[in-house]
Amino acid sequence: MSILRSLARLTFALHLVLLSSLAGAQVSEQQAARLLQGLAGASQAEKSIIVRELAGSGDERARNWLEAFSANKLSRIKTTGQIVIVTSNRGRNWAIADALTGESLGEMSRRELEAVQVNNTLRGEVDDLLSVIDLTVANPQVRLTAARALMGTVNAPLAERLNGLLADEDNPAVREALESALAIYRLGQGDGAAVAVLAGSLNPQARAALAGAARGDDPQIAAAATRALASIEQKLTLNRAAETLYFGLSLGSVLVLAAIGLAITFGVMGVINMAHGELMMLGAYTTWGMQQLLPGQPGLALILSIPAGFLVAAMAGIVIERSVIQHLKGRPLETLLATFGVSLILQQLVRTLISPLNRSVVTPDWMSGSIMINEALSLTLNRLYVIGFALVVFAGLMLIMRKTRLGLEVRAVTQNRAMARSMGIRATRVDILTFGLGSGVAGLAGVALSQITNVGPNLGQSYIIDSFMVVVFGGVGNLWGTLLAGLSLGTINQMLEPWAGAVLAKIIVLVFIILFIQKRPRGLFPQKGRAAEG
Amino acid sequence: MPVSSQWLKRPLLERSTQLFLGVLFAAMALVTLLHVALPQGSALHVSAYTVTLLGKYLCYALLAVAVDLVWGYLGILSLGHGAFFALGGYAMGMYLMRQIGDRGVYGNPELPDFMVFLNWQELPWYWQGFDMAWFAFLMVLLAPGLLALVFGFLAFRSRVTGVYLSIITQALTFALMLAFFRNEMGFGGNNGLTDFKDILGFSLRSDATRLGLFIATGIALAIGYVICRGIVTSKLGRVSIACRDAEARTRFLGYRVDRVQLFVFVVSAMLAGVAGALYVPQVGIINPGEFSPLFSIEIVVWVALGGRATLYGAVIGALLVNYAKTVFTGVMPDAWLFALGGLFVLVTVFLPKGIAGLLQRRSAPPVSSPSQEAAA
Amino acid sequence: MKFSKHLKLGLSALALSVSLHSVAAEDPIKVGILHSLSGTMAISESALKDTMLMLIEQQNAAGGVLGRQLEAVVVDPASDWPLFAEKARELLAKEKVDVIFGNWTSVSRKSVLPVVEELNGLLFYPVQYEGEESSENVFYTGAAPNQQAIPAVDYLKNDLGVERWVLAGTDYVYPRTTNKILETYLKDQGVADADIMINYTPFGHSNWQAIVAEIKKFGSAGKKTAVVSTINGDANVPFYRELGNQGLAASDIPVVAFSVGEQELAGIDTAPLVGHLAAWNYFMSVDNDANYDFIDAWVKFKGDDKAVTNDPMEAHYIGFNMYIEAVKKAGTTEVDAVKDAIIGVTVPNLTGGFAAMMPNHHITKPVLIGEIQDNGQFSVVWETSSTVAGDAWSDFLPGSRDLISDWRAPLKCGNFNVVTGKCGGGTAEVASK
Repeated sequence: MSILRSLARLTFALHLVLLSSLAGAQVSEQQAARLLQGLAGASQAEKSIIVRELAGSGDERARNWLEAFSANKLSRIKTTGQIVIVTSNRGRNWAIADALTGESLGEMSRRELEAVQVNNTLRGEVDDLLSVIDLTVANPQVRLTAARALMGTVNAPLAERLNGLLADEDNPAVREALESALAIYRLGQGDGAAVAVLAGSLNPQARAALAGAARGDDPQIAAAATRALASIEQKLTLNRAAETLYFGLSLGSVLVLAAIGLAITFGVMGVINMAHGELMMLGAYTTWGMQQLLPGQPGLALILSIPAGFLVAAMAGIVIERSVIQHLKGRPLETLLATFGVSLILQQLVRTLISPLNRSVVTPDWMSGSIMINEALSLTLNRLYVIGFALVVFAGLMLIMRKTRLGLEVRAVTQNRAMARSMGIRATRVDILTFGLGSGVAGLAGVALSQITNVGPNLGQSYIIDSFMVVVFGGVGNLWGTLLAGLSLGTINQMLEPWAGAVLAKIIVLVFIILFIQKRPRGLFPQKGRAAEG
Repeated sequence: MPVSSQWLKRPLLERSTQLFLGVLFAAMALVTLLHVALPQGSALHVSAYTVTLLGKYLCYALLAVAVDLVWGYLGILSLGHGAFFALGGYAMGMYLMRQIGDRGVYGNPELPDFMVFLNWQELPWYWQGFDMAWFAFLMVLLAPGLLALVFGFLAFRSRVTGVYLSIITQALTFALMLAFFRNEMGFGGNNGLTDFKDILGFSLRSDATRLGLFIATGIALAIGYVICRGIVTSKLGRVSIACRDAEARTRFLGYRVDRVQLFVFVVSAMLAGVAGALYVPQVGIINPGEFSPLFSIEIVVWVALGGRATLYGAVIGALLVNYAKTVFTGVMPDAWLFALGGLFVLVTVFLPKGIAGLLQRRSAPPVSSPSQEAAA
Repeated sequence: MKFSKHLKLGLSALALSVSLHSVAAEDPIKVGILHSLSGTMAISESALKDTMLMLIEQQNAAGGVLGRQLEAVVVDPASDWPLFAEKARELLAKEKVDVIFGNWTSVSRKSVLPVVEELNGLLFYPVQYEGEESSENVFYTGAAPNQQAIPAVDYLKNDLGVERWVLAGTDYVYPRTTNKILETYLKDQGVADADIMINYTPFGHSNWQAIVAEIKKFGSAGKKTAVVSTINGDANVPFYRELGNQGLAASDIPVVAFSVGEQELAGIDTAPLVGHLAAWNYFMSVDNDANYDFIDAWVKFKGDDKAVTNDPMEAHYIGFNMYIEAVKKAGTTEVDAVKDAIIGVTVPNLTGGFAAMMPNHHITKPVLIGEIQDNGQFSVVWETSSTVAGDAWSDFLPGSRDLISDWRAPLKCGNFNVVTGKCGGGTAEVASK
């Protein structure tokens, strides 16, 4: 029923849109003020009509009004009734500007303002209206997005208009999207020919329309739709497999990032650093801090956090090494306890100094959303960046360990401390630098995690056990092992998840690791030589 | 069986054990006396609240003794003893759940409330038998013991040692925690088992039952201590110390290292299970939180603080840390984690032999130290 | 800096209470506060402790009650469930508090419950919960499922035309029960099995990729789909992030959450979430003078201009005022008298209406649906025309359909079975005592 209602409204609105686009007139100030005032006091149905009037007014400010309305930023001053646009709605006093003139009116207490209510339904209608407007702009990318947004929302008058636009459209991608959008509408009207247009489409709306048709009354169309669906389903299976693999790699790369610093401190130095998770937490908080220092530039802040996070965590690591770990040489199990204490202190420090609450870290625009491989498979950008970042960090570490003087010394000290020292290597300095490096990498992991999960005092705890599993599974002291272990555990987990559920998948992975360690007590790639006897 | 009784008799003849038991029983007698004999208003009266609190500490002490047995005398740093403790607790919890009978909120005579709540139609097979005390008490020993047996058999046979063993014990308890969190498991999920009414016919709400549980826990601690002492002073104990200090050499001398490790590990797990079983009726709830890796690490710190490889040190450590926890979380909540964290660091760095080490240094010339991890 | 400020605040409060103590004729009324200040739940619960301290301070400034001052006794159960029981016992047996305000999670309440019943204490529990409980000694000022979940589903169904449902939750008793109730409710309304997808995840779940992809797939069947989320706390941030990144906008598949409030949003970048929904009985954005006064007082108390208020804080506000009224009515803080007096007590809530304590120890509440805005607030898009009384026993669960709760004499029963006419189970023992 509600669909019928919105259909009726849309018809009315599009009528207005058509009229106004013919007229192309500017509304008078009074009329605009009247419409906006009307919006403030109206019921949902009335709002829906006024929104269309506004969209159809052709006024260049209309877009601004509609966007403000949709973002819940259109407000009425309680005392004067004036309609304003809220330009900043943080805190208890809000910055406002006159809706008609755009003139800034300074700040006003929230108490004095009454928001013009909007909800999802209205927002959807506004989006559709804006999409129709967008279909006429010059940028083909905008047109494509608009056309895709219209899939599944087309009705008779809009179809007519889209047909007109389709005739003038020269961009093939936009054409295809428009054709699909129209086909979905036609299929809904019982046009069997539309099935052919939609047959190969991976678009969820198209699939939904076909599914609807397959359940429909007309046996011929239903049969055709069922066939089309079956072929789509085949394509989808492949896409889903690719998607699962991507999920697995992405989870795996997070595990690798979390574990690789540990692989250095644990694997190379033999220190069981239970505060590793909290070093990641420091990296994440550094990102938050950077974003506080550079308000409005989350992207720049994030990039700067990479060196900053590394440094902060590395410094913290060096402090831990100097103050605690150096006193526990050769007692790996005791380092576990002491660093666990350090982790508790760091957590509580963050709670006391910053807040027990999670901090909000903004994702920059270029990391939000996803890139679309096809309509059924899109890769989320933040995860893609994390995968890339993990590989870069891994490659960087490999370079350091294999190609630099430090790496050489680290390997020498690991293999035979006494011999290395007698060759003139300052083992203490190597210890400090190694631990700093491992901790710094944890900081990097934290920077990456800030884009995926909570930034809060508990961040570290949720990754520490997984990190140890990865290092142990891969074989202590072997960076390649850590990479392979992280990626494979991530992939196994994601493959299990659809049929076992998230919890059981995790349990199965844990049990698998326990059993695996029984079979190969030294992990996938056991260390060889004298150092392995320790 | 003269042999078997001898290894238990030997510790009773030791001065240190006599001292420990003497102090323990004297303290228990004093608490009982102050609780029963003095009127409520008296300044020296020990309230039922305190008795239960002390009972809880004693459970932790028994758990710490169990951990010290494997860590101090076998060199296995188990980060998963919380799992055995919790399994024992669950076995007892299931018995207490069944004792509720039809007094649950839904009045179902057969099913515990949470099962009615989730539309379960009948009792799962693994809940059968827990209405009988003897069966449940047997399971308190068998459930953790069996897990330790299987896990230990696999681990020790393939010679998983040191850090690796620590980490997989942690994985074990973590996996169990996740599993018990699942409502499908039929153990009440996150809420666990609670709202117990009575044990062996005695109401859990009466002060007398509380006192009884406290005394039972004290006796269990005493027995556990004597058993552990018996083990570590026997030949088996000496072999296990040899395993700790030089596993490979012991093996080359012809000892079946894995069997020794397995035996001690299983005994320790059973003791932990008993501690858990006594803990549950006193605190009134068992839930998957007891499986959390954090708790298991905390136990190790009690032992470290008290001094490993002394047994009585573990008891001192458990009592001290938990008393501090009670005080701090009341007086300075924010400071508790700082204090606990600082304790971890300071003890490991400056007090490697714990409080017991301090006591020993004062009373006797230093003996050869319980060695560190076998060096390469 | 923050610490020294706390210290100063504490000292001045101490000085105040000392100076007032010499004036007050009688001993102060002791209010126990049982909220975790450390551990995982500190995130949510520490604000409630501060709320209580603020309310007590305000009440004392207004002259206390019955000529007596109030004194807060704060303990930290440290997010440790057995410790909750121990601390409750400490508060009641050792500190001899007159009333306890506390708990957040269901398990902590279940852990405390036997203690409070045994020692005959009073507990005000401020968080929305799964129902299926009614204790003589507990007052539930948060929402029961019929005060949150069911109206929210009605809204989705009637106003947004949702036909296909994803019930996603963290695997513990509150989501389990809520989803069970909703499943029955939806099926009663003619929703087919195939149109309901139920999914549970562990606490703190952070890898939502596969689940969101599955929701996306489920939502592309040509019917309007919505997610009813009982996902708890920390797991929400990655969940919403993944939703945003996989392109599931609120206009396609709205998510209505029962555990996401202002405080949770403070830790999330809300830009991608605009339009997703939450159902509560209070929002910080409610346009009402009582609410603005409360917010101003809270901001001042915290000394933080960005401090937010949320639903459980309002519940404490209501519960505290109800307690004060009941003490006035009873003329004493004696537990049994207060327990009898408080039934029927009506106090203003912060959304412009009134809350009344019902005989089943639940209260009346309006139900509000809010949409997330980019500033971390909710804008109210729908509310019930009148307040809804909390239902201790759900009508949509077979085990509890026939149960009612009424703590007034002569019934005095938390789980009275209207079919058999008997007071069932454990409470019979309590009643006869």
